[in-house]
Amino acid sequence: MADGAAPVLDVKGLRTVFRTRGGEIHAVNDVSFHLNRGELLGVVGESGSGKSVTMMSLIGLLPSPPAEIRGGQVLLDGRDLLQLDDKGLQEVRGAKVGFVFQDPMTSLNPVFTLGDQLMEPLRKHMGLDKTAAANRAVELLELVGIPDARRRLKAYPHQFSGGMRQRVMIAIALACDPDVLIADEPTTALDVTIQAQILELVKELRQKLGMAIIWITHDLGVIAGIADRVMVMYGGQVVEQAPVRELFANPQHPYTRALLKTIPAISGPREDRLKVIQGQPPILAGAPTACPFRARCEHRHDRCDRENPARRAIDGQTVGQGHDVACHWSAPAPAPRAEAAHA
Amino acid sequence: MLTYTLRRLLVAIPTLLLISLVIFLLVDLAPGSPASEIPLTVPPEVKAKMIEAMGINEPVHIRYLLWLKQFFWTEPLYAIDAAFGTNYADGAPRIISYSSKVPVMDYIGERLPQTLIVIGTAYVVAILIALPIGIYSAYRQYSWFDQVGTFVSMVGYSVPTFFTGLLAIIIFTTWLGWFPSIYNTSLEVVDWETFKQQVRQMFLPVAVLALFNAAELSRYTRSAMLENLSQDYARTARAKGLSERTVVLKHVLRNSMIPVITVITLGLPAVFAGAIVTEQVFKINGIGAALIGAIHVNDLPVVQTIAFITAILIVLFNLVADILYGILDPRIRYD
Ligand SMILES: Nc1ncnc2c1ncn2[C@@H]1O[C@H](COP(=O)(O)OP(=O)(O)O)[C@@H](O)[C@H]1O
Ligand code: SF4
Ligand SMILES: [Mg+2]
Repeated sequence: MADGAAPVLDVKGLRTVFRTRGGEIHAVNDVSFHLNRGELLGVVGESGSGKSVTMMSLIGLLPSPPAEIRGGQVLLDGRDLLQLDDKGLQEVRGAKVGFVFQDPMTSLNPVFTLGDQLMEPLRKHMGLDKTAAANRAVELLELVGIPDARRRLKAYPHQFSGGMRQRVMIAIALACDPDVLIADEPTTALDVTIQAQILELVKELRQKLGMAIIWITHDLGVIAGIADRVMVMYGGQVVEQAPVRELFANPQHPYTRALLKTIPAISGPREDRLKVIQGQPPILAGAPTACPFRARCEHRHDRCDRENPARRAIDGQTVGQGHDVACHWSAPAPAPRAEAAHA
Repeated sequence: MLTYTLRRLLVAIPTLLLISLVIFLLVDLAPGSPASEIPLTVPPEVKAKMIEAMGINEPVHIRYLLWLKQFFWTEPLYAIDAAFGTNYADGAPRIISYSSKVPVMDYIGERLPQTLIVIGTAYVVAILIALPIGIYSAYRQYSWFDQVGTFVSMVGYSVPTFFTGLLAIIIFTTWLGWFPSIYNTSLEVVDWETFKQQVRQMFLPVAVLALFNAAELSRYTRSAMLENLSQDYARTARAKGLSERTVVLKHVLRNSMIPVITVITLGLPAVFAGAIVTEQVFKINGIGAALIGAIHVNDLPVVQTIAFITAILIVLFNLVADILYGILDPRIRYD
């Protein structure tokens, strides 16, 4: 770490298991990462790789049963959130950690006004009275670029478009000035032009407010433009982690390399983008004993079937600080390739 | 909201007229109807009044209009007169019951309150029991509470009220002697003593009806709550740091109430039907007993009127349901 300050969020060895009728699903396996103050960490991985489950585990948002957190630590400002009781967690959620979800069409309650939903965290966490909360709500709506904010407090979600609703969700998440904002694929459900607007908004808010952000996406193209650092997830594990330029210039994991190859197709139809990597992420019935990517990997060898690769640094730093990868194979030194131009 | 309500109200009126026409024609065209032949057992003075009130010799559309006039003009006038001691009705002819020889409305007016009190109390009790059970069962899905609740409501819903009613009478009235075996319709609650008497005689029928309805209602509440508990907005509410209480009893409940309101209001006709059986079992001299008695002696004016009053109640509760939807769900009232 350049400035040596403690990270605002430090996750160590997180394990989340779903106990279902069909047996256990090990959705998150020994995931460790940290988030520095004011930093934007991009989390990439295709659908089903465990991104959402990881983030929801942090603040106890998964229903239990079936979810069960089997181990690890989630240190927010040094305090382990996994040790908190319900009440303690409620004081963290919405106050210190804001969450924006993927689908703005269903994430707001259809039967309450936007003002009501926006004022709830303000009243609960900041103890504002009705008038103060309403004033702050107007400020927040203006902050996320919703015109005529005071009148809009009385509007209902169905009177807003998807993009506008996602702005409201962002306003709700930011209501109490959280230290950490977790945005779980906030633009995936939106049109391309609206996506771009929301991205711009977040960049702007980050400048203004300076909170740390975790931005989840399955789209590396989005990450390139906004992230400081990127974590690639696959099969419930972190398979590669690096500063954004480094990752694009020198991708190590075969999965990351395959993902990067898909970027040029971004302007093409959506199906084409996803088809580039054959196969699907595995559903893990137990703690992995082999590399989860092996079924799809072109560099697979004996060791990959015997041993789940641990994360190793490739630049001599501690794992998690610089560039690390979880793979038994060593990528050749970067040649001037087409995708390197992205960084 | 006001325009929405007015619109609903305007829709209710033609519905009611259509139903009234159907009921009128069904009875009017049936053999033994007031129009074709007034039974010979009917005394001549009743017969004369009926001919005047209903225009027996007029063509069918006039008879229908006269019949409507009875409901919406003549009878309300009599009701006002009775309430304020005025004399607006001025002796206008009324529909008379063939068997009891009093105006049908007066006859029904005596019987209906008994039924409404028993059904109403039973339904309110059912709602008060079912909602908390349904909510908690859903919130703690598959817990022992939920499992027991599921079992009890399965049993409660699958055993008919005439059976539970008889069982209750045998156990609590015959064996234990806790409750009176006859329902005294003429009991008037004037003091504490008569109030206790009224509660005691209502207890078993209300309990039997309430349990039956609560069983069904708690199932609907549970499934509506379950569906909404897993919605994204519930997760958003939790992510804001709201307490479980607020998440469940504010966010989820409000949304779950929409299907539950449907079951409550639109289930009422079935409750009426069930109440007729219950009235027989508990010997309550209410509207159900009146209806069955009237059918036996071919007292068509009473049958016709009870059928229409039931229809009015159904349309009324549909209207109530619509208005409640509008209150609960902005998407409905803003369209
Ligand atoms: N409620 C659940 N019950 C059982 N398994 C689940 C549940 N939610 C998620 N999972 C499992 O966790 C895996 C990771 O899911 P998720 O974190 O949502 O992926 P991502 O967000 O990366 O698309 C999924 O493949 C799925 O098998
Ligand atoms: S560990 Fe083996 S199978 Fe897994 S990504 Fe690396 S080379 Fe491929
Ligand atoms: Mg996800």
